[in-house]
Order: sequence, then C-alpha cells, then structure tokens
Amino acid sequence: MKIAGLLLLLTGWFLVLSALVLLRAAWPQALFVLAGVGVELLALALLFRSHAIPRGRRQ
Amino acid sequence: MNALTPSGSDLALLCATAAILLIPLAIAGLALINTGLGRSRNSAHLMMSSLCVVGMAAASYVICGFAWQGLAGGSARVISLAGRNWNWIAKAPLFLQGVTASPALLTVWMQSLCVALSAVIPTGAGAERWRLGSTCASTAIFSGITYPLFAHWAWGGGWLATLGTDYGLGRGFVDAGGSGVIHTVGGLTGLALVWILGSRRGKYTADGMPTAIPAHNAVFVLFGCLLAWAGWTGLNVSGAVLLNGLDPRSTGLIGVNTTLAGGSAALMTAIVTRVRFSRPDASLTANGWVAGLVAGSAACPFVPPAAAIFIGLIAGLLAPLTIEILEARLSIDDPGGAISVHAIGGIWGLLAVGIFGRFPAEVLVGRGSGFSGQWVAQLVGVATLVGFILPLTYGLNWLLNRFLPHRVTQDGERQGLDLHELGAGAYPEFVTHSDEFFQR
Repeated sequence: MKIAGLLLLLTGWFLVLSALVLLRAAWPQALFVLAGVGVELLALALLFRSHAIPRGRRQ
Repeated sequence: MNALTPSGSDLALLCATAAILLIPLAIAGLALINTGLGRSRNSAHLMMSSLCVVGMAAASYVICGFAWQGLAGGSARVISLAGRNWNWIAKAPLFLQGVTASPALLTVWMQSLCVALSAVIPTGAGAERWRLGSTCASTAIFSGITYPLFAHWAWGGGWLATLGTDYGLGRGFVDAGGSGVIHTVGGLTGLALVWILGSRRGKYTADGMPTAIPAHNAVFVLFGCLLAWAGWTGLNVSGAVLLNGLDPRSTGLIGVNTTLAGGSAALMTAIVTRVRFSRPDASLTANGWVAGLVAGSAACPFVPPAAAIFIGLIAGLLAPLTIEILEARLSIDDPGGAISVHAIGGIWGLLAVGIFGRFPAEVLVGRGSGFSGQWVAQLVGVATLVGFILPLTYGLNWLLNRFLPHRVTQDGERQGLDLHELGAGAYPEFVTHSDEFFQR
C-alpha cells in the first residue's frame, strides 16, 4: 500500500508534466493538470490510510 | 531590474543585507516554538537538535547544495523534451568556487539561512523520538539534495520558474518568500519522517484515541512567534529584492503584508479555538500565527494588504482544523504542528499567488507576461512538491533509516532524550516530569 501510494504520487506528477508537454490549448492543459493533482490526492489518501495505526492496535 | 540576475545597486544590496541579518531570528523562533511544544524531558535535546541542524544544513548546502541549486541565469543541465528545454539542475562548482561577487554571495548567504530554516521544520514533527545523529544525517541529505533541487526549479531559473516564457503560464511559478521552497519542502519532509518514525509512545490509547500531551512552556512558544515575525520580515524582504528584482523602495508593503498575514491568522485561530474549546488555545494560536506568516510569504510583495489579511484568515482557519484532523483521524503525531503549519500553510500561500497576485511591470522581468495561466503555474508547483518532493524525501529518509535508525530506543523515549542522549536534563533543579503520558 505504501509503495503503491508513493508510485501513485509520482504518476500524478507525470500526468501534470505530460499536460505541459503534450497540450497547447489553455483549458485542456489546465484540466489535465487538475487531473494530475486529483491523482496525487488519491495517492495521499492511500498513504495516510496505509500509515494509520488500525483501531485497537495503536501504541 | 531583471529578476534573472540579482540587482547590484547599492540600495538593493544594503536593503538585502539588513534583511538577511534578521533571518536567524526566524530560525531561533522556530527552535523556541518546537522546544516549548515538547515535554520538559526533551527540551535541551530539541534545542540542541536545532543548533546541530543549522550547522549541518549550512555546511551541506555550501559543500554541494549550492552546486545543484545555482543562480538564475547561471550554467545548468538542460534536457530537450518535445522540442522544449527543461532546465532541471544547476551546474555550479562545489564549495562555492567562483562565487565571489557581492550580489551572488549575498544570495548564497540568504540561501544558506533559508535551507537552515527549512531543515529546522522537520525537527518539530519528529520531536521527542528522533535521534540526534540521525537528525544530522537526514539534514545533510535534505540540504544537499532535496532542498537545492526544488530551489533550483523555483528560484534558480529552473523549469518551474520558466513556465511563463516556455508555456505561457503567467510569470511562471512564483514563490517570493519561500512558502513552497522553504516551508512546504520542510513540512513535507516532516510528514515523511512522521510516517517513518511512527507516533510517540503513549500518544494513542489502545482503543485508538489520541492522548493530549501538553506543551511544557507556552512562553517559549509565544515568544518564538514574535521572534519568527521579525525573521519572516527579513526573509520576505531579502527574497523579494534578491530573487524577484523588487525595488528596495517598495519593501514597506512586504513588511505590512507579513504582519497582517501573521496577525490575522493568529486572530482567526484564537476565534476558532474559542468556539471549539470555549477558550482560546495558546499553542494552537501560535501555530496559527506561524501558518499565517508561512502562507503570506509567497505573495507578500504582490498583493494588496486586504488580500494579505484574507490569506492570513484562511491560514488561521486551516491550521487548527488540519492539526486536529491529522492527529485524531489520520494517526499523525506531529508535536510541533509542522505539517499543518508549514506544508499546508505553504501550499495555501502558493495557491493564493495564483488568485490574488498582481505583478508590476518592473518585477519578474524575463519570466513571461500577463497573469493568464498563473494559477496553473502555481498548481504545477504544488503538484511537483506533493508528487515529486514528498516521494523523494520519503525514499531518502527510508533508505537512511535502514542504516542509521531514526527512532530512539523505548527506554530512551521513556527516560527523555535529554538524559538519554545528552546525559543531563534542561531543568536539573526541578522534578520535571512523570510517566503519566507513557503507557508501559
């Protein structure tokens, strides 16, 4: 889960870079950047979830 | 004045020098805040960590960090992708060789203090369980690799700074006082370290509820805020003059905006905690104050005072709410509030540039024109921080942890790091602690 979260973060960033490289028009580019940020938010949710101590087993 | 080469006018150099002299107060303020927010059994260790971190950060940055960061307009490694150039790392010599002229040296001086300030931020997140030796090693990696890389992209003429000229996104990624470069990078490193270190023993009960571990000295915390205020003013002024080509005669606005952002954030946090807990909370209000200073840094030369107040109000609202969410719902034990204050406050500050920033014609010259697409440039910067810097700093610290464990032993944590690592307590005349917050 942790590794998947970290890889998903990088994927989101590559999506943002791809938007800059591949798209010229302003709105499609902005939407693609937003999609990349959305993927990063999903990755953060995964990372927080994977690092959270399960209830009943906390230190 | 051209933003790509620091201005060499006497007034600019004098103004920048005076402002840089204030920056150590920001470091002192953060060190005091982190120390005050910890327990008394770890207070000497926390202050000692801050001192060691400053020394290690400055040395590591001068040895190799500056070589990766470089100065805007200097030589750099550029790759060509889809017919466009990507300036991704500087190609300056190690040990500052060849940096002899005054504007460049002033910038290096300022940057060595910025990296030290940024490196102190994770010590608040890892407080009370992070070994001193490991702290120094992690700082060397932070100031030698992580910080310079992003600082080059944003401040050293890298691909983020040239988003305006290369992709027509406003003036490119703008971060005048370091909301992103200094604070978000430091805050995200703090988050990575908290994930690796885990929570303090006794922080969470068996049924999953967080335990309140009170700060040991509210006066340290609040006085630290006042020191930080002076330091932030110097940081924002020197950044605006040296890195953004701002006319030194217009630095008054920066001072006003810095004060307004910090002050309005503190007031907002005091109101939020008054509503939430029936009384204003001193340590959370201090966190709100710093969050306002952090958020205001990126935009302070480019926004009117009313916008600075708004930026501060939002930062003051975000700080206590995110501290509570991180602690209670996401099991993030961050004694100094570094993640909420610096990472989240910094990200809000960067986005605020895209919303409120207005750039006079004489600043950021050569970095594009207009304001169209500025918010996209800021979003790309934020995405880079979260999508690249966070995995990078996590990976590097995870690797370091395999060879040099970050976490102190269980006995050391119970005893307190002052006695365990330094051999003496900070307050030897007094009985300073009991084990009431430690579950055996």
